[in-house]
Amino acid sequence: MTGAMTGAAPEPIIRVRGLVTRFGAQTVHDNLDFDVWRGEILALVGGSGTGKSVLLRTILGLKRPEGGRIEIFGKDPETLSPRERRGLQRRWGVLFQNGALFSSLTVAQNIRAPFREHTNLSQKLVGDLIRVKLQLVGLPQEAGAKYPSELSGGMKKRAALARALALDPEILFLDEPTAGLDPIAAAAFDNLIRDLQRSLKLTVVMVTHDLDTLAAITDRIAVLLDKRIMVGTMRELMELPHPWIRDYFHGPRGRAAFGGQG
Amino acid sequence: MVRVGGPWTLATASELERALAGIAIPVEGTAEFDLSGLTALDTAGAFLLYRLIRRAEHQGLAHQLHGLSPEHEVLLERVTPPADRKSLSRDDVSPLRAMVERVGHATFEIAAEGRDLINFFGLTSVTLARVITRPARIRFIALSSHLEQVGLNALPIVGLLSFLIGVVLAYQGADQLRAFGAEIYSVNLLGVSVLREIGVLLTAILVAGRSGSAFTAEIGTMKVNEEVDAMKTLGLDVMEVLVIPRLLAVIIALPLLAFFGNIAAIAGGALMSVAALGLSLPQFFEQFRSAVTPGTFWVGFVKAPVFALLIGLVGCYEGLKVEGGAESVGRMTTKAVVESIFLVIIADAAFSILFSWLGL
Repeated sequence: MTGAMTGAAPEPIIRVRGLVTRFGAQTVHDNLDFDVWRGEILALVGGSGTGKSVLLRTILGLKRPEGGRIEIFGKDPETLSPRERRGLQRRWGVLFQNGALFSSLTVAQNIRAPFREHTNLSQKLVGDLIRVKLQLVGLPQEAGAKYPSELSGGMKKRAALARALALDPEILFLDEPTAGLDPIAAAAFDNLIRDLQRSLKLTVVMVTHDLDTLAAITDRIAVLLDKRIMVGTMRELMELPHPWIRDYFHGPRGRAAFGGQG
Repeated sequence: MVRVGGPWTLATASELERALAGIAIPVEGTAEFDLSGLTALDTAGAFLLYRLIRRAEHQGLAHQLHGLSPEHEVLLERVTPPADRKSLSRDDVSPLRAMVERVGHATFEIAAEGRDLINFFGLTSVTLARVITRPARIRFIALSSHLEQVGLNALPIVGLLSFLIGVVLAYQGADQLRAFGAEIYSVNLLGVSVLREIGVLLTAILVAGRSGSAFTAEIGTMKVNEEVDAMKTLGLDVMEVLVIPRLLAVIIALPLLAFFGNIAAIAGGALMSVAALGLSLPQFFEQFRSAVTPGTFWVGFVKAPVFALLIGLVGCYEGLKVEGGAESVGRMTTKAVVESIFLVIIADAAFSILFSWLGL
């Protein structure tokens, strides 16, 4: 694996301590502790219903945790003033599972939205930057004038990624970025994310079910299991004896994806 | 020689853009950029840098970059946009022309919509005829569930609103007629207007808003979820399964609701007459009986099934026309309500003309 952190001690960019989330009487996460390091690609995996998306939503502040604390850039978002929170939101980008593009706006207007909200650049510069973002994610300029309903699934994801990258965030959150894409498009999307992560020096946190993605681009993997979390490189995790992890990495699909490394 | 230093990021982009606009590019020689002072670079900064270098190139200057770190070089390469700039918005037409175009489009759309609705009416009639000749094909469970939704559950709202309208009518009538000393005729006014027009019209408008919209939203959601497609592949007749039970339900329920609404409105009017006119209840009914005949009631009541048909048709039709995502469901639902109320009032006007021609 290519450790993004070769040499220097890893700097935690997100720190989660003692996180507890519940829905009614049902506990989803019980006392989670983990860090996300600056500059890495961390994948969140786990069976259905283990709360991967819930964890992501909790970190994003869309769901309030029942206990514990989350620090992003060294600060707990819960304690920030609304103004500081907006500052924080500028520093991350989120790609939702189905893109969540605003359906009443064209792709270009979608990408323009965060600029409008957070910057006061000249119209011309914003237009140019939108072109740059479209190119970064591999969309033709013509896509800018289209509405989300006129795009294919893969193009929607790219457009949503362009919006997430609009303000040059430091952290990029991805919720199942390759779900619903064909294997070729999924591989291309993986490469795109790896590429952007390197050249823009992003920290990426992604929920994924895609074993190929895990094998191809992640630095570390966080497994949600039995309400707890285990974080490690793929090699470390593969040696753990837990039956779910064994089935996950050593099952037929896992073997196919990790063949070279298993 | 241009010395570039400090952070070139989105946060400083606005300032940088202004500063860069002030830089004069020399006419000849070599443009040298010293980038060793650059502390931070993101895509916004890299794009400004790219634009600066392009300006020098444009002047025909050769350029050299010094002290660019490898990561920044990658970034600079990535932000180089394609040579041909294309518009990011729809083809720019003048607002006036766009308006004329919209009017034209809307006109054709209305025409197409009218034609499609008539087609749909035809299809529904054929299906209805087929289903009625073989009643085993009627989905009775669906029908009774829709009857409950459209009819039973609407009783409170229809009753309350009709009652209140009855109160208002009786009061307004009495107030105006008092000038002629003819307050008693406000009972006639109430009876005739409620039974002939307002009772059934008000009920139809409520049902259009309550149930016509629900038909569109339900069927539309099923279309979005591909449930309608699943039905077709399973060999189920969408018209029989989705449209007919709803249509029958509204055709049965709306007249009953209208009848109930009439009673509520007259009760409201009676209450107001007793309270404001000082009539006793027997007097009220005495006057009421002399004012209206069963014919008055029937002239209003006969409209109910027609209104119901219009509401049911439009509700189901717009639901089946949903395409794409959830957004379309909302748009079609709004359209169904507006269209069915519009058609109900048109039909009411047509009935008025017909009845006056028949001398009823």
